[in-house]
Amino acid sequence: MSTSPALWLAGTAVGLALISALLSLLTGKATRLLRIVVMPLFAAAGLVALAAGLTAMLSGGVSTAELPMGLPWLHWHVRLDALSGFFFCVVGVVSFAVGIYASGYIRGFEGGRDSLPALGGFGGLFLAAMLTVLLADDAFMFMVAWEVMSLSSYFLVAFHHEHAANRSAAFLYLLMAHVGGLAILLSYGILATFGHGFGFEAMRGAELSFGWASAAFVLAFIGFGMKAGLVPLHAWLPLAHPVAPSHISALMSGVMLKVAVYGFIRVLFDLIGQFHWQWGIVVLTVGSISALMGVLYALMQHDLKRLLAYHSVENLGIIFMGLGLSILFLSEGHQIIGAVAFIAALYHSMNHALFKSLLFMGAGAILHSANERDMEKMGGLLRRMPWTGLFFLVGCISISALPPFNGFVSEWLTFQSALQVWQLDSGVLRSVVPIAAAALALTGALAAACFVKVYGIAFLGRARSRAVRRARPAPLTMQVGQGILAALCLLLGVLPTTFIALINIVPQQVLGHGLAQATAHGWLWLTPVSEQTASYGAPLIAVLLIVALVIGLWLMGRGVLRVRRCDAWDCGFAPPNAGMQYTASGFAQPIRRVFGMLFHIEEGVESLPDGRRRHFLRVKDRAWELFYLPIARLIEQSARRVALLQSGNVRIYLGWSFATLLFLLWVVT
Amino acid sequence: MTPAHLPLLQQVLLVLAAMTLLTSFVLLQQARLVAAIHAFAWQGVLVAAMTLIVAVSENHPHLYFSAVLTFSMKALLIPWMLHRLVRRLELDRHIEQLARPSLVIMAAVALVIFSYWLVLPIVQHGLEFTRNIVAVSLAVVLIGLLMMVVRRQAVAQVLGFMSMENGLFLAAVSATSGMPLIVELGIAFDVLVAMVLFGVFFFQIRESIDSLDVDNLNRLTESREDT
Amino acid sequence: MTILLVVLQMLLYVLLAPLLVGWIRKVKAVLQNRRGASLLQPYRDLYKLFGKEARMAHTASPLFRAAPYIVFTATWLAAAAVPLFVTQLATAGIADIIAIAGLLALARFFLALAGMDVGTAFGGMGASREMLVSALAEPAMLLAIFALVMTVHSTNLATLVDYQLTASVLRPSYLFALSALVLVAIAETGRIPVDNPSTHLELTMIHEAMILEYSGRHLALMEWAAQLKLLLYGALLVNVFFPWGIARQGDPGALASGLFFVMLKLAALGVLLAVSETVLAKMRLFRAPAFLNLALLLGLLGMLSTVVLEVGL
Repeated sequence: MSTSPALWLAGTAVGLALISALLSLLTGKATRLLRIVVMPLFAAAGLVALAAGLTAMLSGGVSTAELPMGLPWLHWHVRLDALSGFFFCVVGVVSFAVGIYASGYIRGFEGGRDSLPALGGFGGLFLAAMLTVLLADDAFMFMVAWEVMSLSSYFLVAFHHEHAANRSAAFLYLLMAHVGGLAILLSYGILATFGHGFGFEAMRGAELSFGWASAAFVLAFIGFGMKAGLVPLHAWLPLAHPVAPSHISALMSGVMLKVAVYGFIRVLFDLIGQFHWQWGIVVLTVGSISALMGVLYALMQHDLKRLLAYHSVENLGIIFMGLGLSILFLSEGHQIIGAVAFIAALYHSMNHALFKSLLFMGAGAILHSANERDMEKMGGLLRRMPWTGLFFLVGCISISALPPFNGFVSEWLTFQSALQVWQLDSGVLRSVVPIAAAALALTGALAAACFVKVYGIAFLGRARSRAVRRARPAPLTMQVGQGILAALCLLLGVLPTTFIALINIVPQQVLGHGLAQATAHGWLWLTPVSEQTASYGAPLIAVLLIVALVIGLWLMGRGVLRVRRCDAWDCGFAPPNAGMQYTASGFAQPIRRVFGMLFHIEEGVESLPDGRRRHFLRVKDRAWELFYLPIARLIEQSARRVALLQSGNVRIYLGWSFATLLFLLWVVT
Repeated sequence: MTPAHLPLLQQVLLVLAAMTLLTSFVLLQQARLVAAIHAFAWQGVLVAAMTLIVAVSENHPHLYFSAVLTFSMKALLIPWMLHRLVRRLELDRHIEQLARPSLVIMAAVALVIFSYWLVLPIVQHGLEFTRNIVAVSLAVVLIGLLMMVVRRQAVAQVLGFMSMENGLFLAAVSATSGMPLIVELGIAFDVLVAMVLFGVFFFQIRESIDSLDVDNLNRLTESREDT
Repeated sequence: MTILLVVLQMLLYVLLAPLLVGWIRKVKAVLQNRRGASLLQPYRDLYKLFGKEARMAHTASPLFRAAPYIVFTATWLAAAAVPLFVTQLATAGIADIIAIAGLLALARFFLALAGMDVGTAFGGMGASREMLVSALAEPAMLLAIFALVMTVHSTNLATLVDYQLTASVLRPSYLFALSALVLVAIAETGRIPVDNPSTHLELTMIHEAMILEYSGRHLALMEWAAQLKLLLYGALLVNVFFPWGIARQGDPGALASGLFFVMLKLAALGVLLAVSETVLAKMRLFRAPAFLNLALLLGLLGMLSTVVLEVGL
């Protein structure tokens, strides 16, 4: 047993998060304290967690400890290895930015009816629980922390509980989280039975047959997939994430989903430790469908936060596509390509945490300044909130996977690993993987379309409502929080080789070997497989783009590039007004029509009570009618069957109890 | 062994096989009947050309005859008959869109992969290069069948049937260098007779239910219940 | 020397791009029994636009002003990685074919945003359509790339071209990939039948609708970027599928002949494009998905034929 600095730092981070939660509950009416003490503490917890993660990855060792807590015969074990360290960084960096951002953001709630101490308290608890999940080294501690994470986030989702819709969203979230938790528990159960112990160390040694390993895999995939919002288990996500306060949405979408990814990697790659191509195909298929459906449904939304939530479904789909490819290649013995796909998935986890939190913060800033979530009422915000607009643009470019920002690097890596499919022996796999890659290409292009829509409608053009026309720039702390993440998006996009060299330790520890050749040609070149196969010189592209921009700005500053302002031309029609602009639904109409069969569209003209008529358009999630309603109906039917037992007669109940007692006695003997 | 090691004729054969597959896809999703008949004719041309190449490269003289027969039947005679039929039935401007074109195409792609998977053991067995074409011919057969399932228009269904026959013939040519001449003649004659019978049937169907949409045939059962 | 070659190629790209457009227009005019403008007319247009005053709507944001520079630079950068007349370039490594597609997507992203910036109806319409067409083109392009990579095992264009030079075999997958890429290129560069570059009929345009509000040097840059993109796709097609004549070393003789051959091939491609644009009519927007589905199907068949027909012999 060794306690390393990394582990100390990790413990400190958890402690700081808990202290911030406690302090928050103590503040009571003094909500200013929340802003100047609790949120900075939250940010500090994030920073320390980041430091712990970095230390763990840089030291390259594994540090474990046993805590004098938990059950008498089963003390809690903690362990910090490179994988946990990486996800510590993900959680830490976002929490740091969120902490800074939130101290400005929660000002909007001051004087409202909402209980701010609860917000801070559950927020701190949420962070502490997430970090504890990452630290856990036995199934018991993992499950406890996991459930605390689910519960505390439930209270955060239900924060604005005065709306019935929010309450039902939160309840659905709780329900799904529990079903998922059950699946995870069963998966651990299988591993524990064969490994003779609840510690992860014992589970690693479990000798599983293919059937039992597959059962454990399927249960873990369902459990963690539910938390990660994979289609068709995603229905709670677009309902629950948007209704929480924006900085919590950022944490949930950006970070909590990554904890689910961590859990899946931990169980499959580390604990089960065997790979079969059938699993790879399952994960790849579910990932592709999630990615595609997520982005298509996102395109149909015009509530900004719900749109972002659907994009989380898409991005988690992309992450799981990377994991699926990794399983596929590892099962066929192609270690290097497996590592490329694995790194792609990790990289995308980090990227998604950064840009999704950034975008949610942007949505929060709009909510803060203009009290508006409906994109159809926005417009022209870039001129009202220039810094938020700039950072939001960075987020949009990153999530659309465009160079030279970070989203492109991870999607490029995913493509590169898919392109190595010619190395596989099986022709069937060789023809299935390109189709999945084509789905990824379509997803990327549709995501770009979606964010052209978001940015074009919300930040460009003209304001479509009075509140938006008068929006004021967000407070400084909110801008700083966004700025940090935006800078990191650019940094990870420009220096991918350096970052990959840093996280290379994760596949080294988990898979047994890293990706030496990716970084072999210096920091300028990223060559995942070999120099001849594919290369990407991100710094050069970025430098050239920036040079062009700087020259342009310099010329503009010198007054060489002057422009004259005039009315918009618009083909010489009457001067356009705000109502003549394209709307968000109008922008998405061609795509809605082309992919019409995937949506449940209700469109028509309805009569209003006052006799006027109005066009309506509702796009509903097909998953409900195809997946959830049948299950709900099934449960209701079986419940009715069970209800037959409920005759109301006390003697019959006693009879049941008697029969049970007899049965148990028989079992015991 | 990759295509680079094959003689030129056999490279051409591969290209033709791939294009045959393409014509199958075109047949499957072509909405206009006349264009579909043209695609079918092109498929006949390709099959005849492949037969010719196999005849030249493997030196089977009787395949020359098969090639000529295929060309005259599949590329000229039957398309011409179909064309005439369509004109007489006044269907030459008929357009029938598939309900879910992308789904059908994906199903067809899955069929190609499936037939490749089926043929895989055979390919590993014998190492003749023509065996790879067996996968394509099987795919052509299956796509023809799929076409008969998804198309509602009777003429289009006949096209699917005929293209199945193309696939079978291709399989025979590539796997066993063709069937015995007498069988081949018999099949050709059968197809021709079938074509004539189909023509007669079309008129009969049209007269009795006033449409060539085979879904309308469903009503026949219901009318029995009525009586 | 290598740096010099890079600079030379990048300059050639920007200098030749208007010429290709002029050539296509000229051939089209001849096919339509017109005399047509001179080959150099696109240069004159650009020169004229650069000399004019740039005007901007009151409602335009800074993004509107920056977009032409970003669009042009991103397109130009993408072009730098596509071999034009010599394969061994120092810049060939900065972007493989997927990164090139990414750079073009970056340009398109800003183009569409600029279209939406002023807040006119036409700009939004163009942006919406452009994003639809590009979204449908992307998977087709990727599958065509897969069909190539299955045999070449590399996405670096220089390696691809080199491979094609050494092993010229008739492969069905290449035929399919070529046809798929041609369709994708037509859609991406906004040519007939997907978009009409010479139309100014409000309701049918895509690319023109997005740059409607631009004038002066901004418009010139946008037009130039579009011409550059056309040349880029042309060079990609002719050099990957018909690489003969491209220079492999840097000696002046080889370079000159490489330049000569690529111009010859591009001229032939221009004639083909002009003929097809004369014969075909522009499609309705909602026919474009069928067009791109065909490209997707061709890409799929290309990929499948590498699996079914070409490997495992």
